[in-house]
Amino acid sequence: MDAKIKETLLNPIFKGNPITVLVLGICSSLAVTVELKGALVMAVSVIIVTGLANLILSLLRNTIPNRVRIIVQLVVVAMLVILVDEILKAFAYPVEKQLSVYIGLIITNCIVMGRIEAFALGNKPFASLLDGLANGAGYGLILVIVAFFRELLGSGTLLGIRIIPESFYEAGYMNNGLVILPPMALILIGCIIWVQRSIQKDLQEK
Amino acid sequence: MEYINLFVKSIFVDNMVFAYFLGMCSYLAVSKNVKTATGLGAAVIFVLLCTLPINYLINGFLTNNPFGVDLGFLSLIIFIATIAAFTQIVEMVVEKFAPALYGQLGIYLPLIAVNCAILGGSLFMQQREFANVGEAATYALGSGLGWFLAIVCLAAIRERLQYSKVPAALKGIGITFITVGLMAMAFMTFMGISL
Repeated sequence: MDAKIKETLLNPIFKGNPITVLVLGICSSLAVTVELKGALVMAVSVIIVTGLANLILSLLRNTIPNRVRIIVQLVVVAMLVILVDEILKAFAYPVEKQLSVYIGLIITNCIVMGRIEAFALGNKPFASLLDGLANGAGYGLILVIVAFFRELLGSGTLLGIRIIPESFYEAGYMNNGLVILPPMALILIGCIIWVQRSIQKDLQEK
Repeated sequence: MEYINLFVKSIFVDNMVFAYFLGMCSYLAVSKNVKTATGLGAAVIFVLLCTLPINYLINGFLTNNPFGVDLGFLSLIIFIATIAAFTQIVEMVVEKFAPALYGQLGIYLPLIAVNCAILGGSLFMQQREFANVGEAATYALGSGLGWFLAIVCLAAIRERLQYSKVPAALKGIGITFITVGLMAMAFMTFMGISL
């Protein structure tokens, strides 16, 4: 049982990562990675929503008629996302403004729906909660890696603190403006996939 | 003139895929060949064009209703309900009256309910505060066409990619990401255009 919990927790982080292996939840992940701060907030929001949505739907799994399950799932997820959105509006308004529509788009984030369908509807509540949290964390990990490179190379800062010293700029170093723009997010994720599949040969496609 | 400007802008400058990464999941999954990509693209245009004006009117009612209460916080749940209900209705109508089309689109129609491009369109409509339904519909048509254009282009490129030598670890989804990145760079040349 212990090994099973460990497997549930660790598999989504690397081996079965939702973004790089399952290719789920790309939609809302790329646009929030310009700065590390936004990416962290987004990652935490998604971890909370996937974890709780999995827990709630796993508790309800024996009472939901199969035909209307999608709409029930949408309602539960939408409720959780509204809660997260309202909390962010109250306590972190600037970040909420910066993330704009992407908080709302957690509803249609394929990871949430995918994990509910694939895991929560057939497993016990506790295992589902862990699975949701772990998948959210796997998503968050990629988000943080991408945001780390984009903020460091694009603005020379991390979490708003200057990392690349002023003397570099005086010596002629320049921020790479392209990294901040949307295309580089896609290319960076492509590179992460490249690195991961070079290490894990069994993931390579023919 | 404003309508034309909004229309052109939403196709090229504010392209759903390349500027905002909306609808990425199905964009990457269903772009293996041009025919299915065209079908999904057409379905997205249609659903966007129908749900966005409906959501525009609902949003107007929520924020400015006879009860005098701002129900704006409910917009998320109502938008997704409208979209889910609409796709369900479209699916039933198409199945009943055009079985051939249903056979082609069948599996993509229900997928559209959870396509971020549709909900994203409604959320951007709310954020940009369009003046009237006409503007909202123009925006819907423009961004739908932009999405259509993007998925058909990518499908065409991927059909060609099958015959090229790609590093083993980059095959499949890796090279697709990089291709989309390069396409997005190309689309960035449209930035700042206004009529």
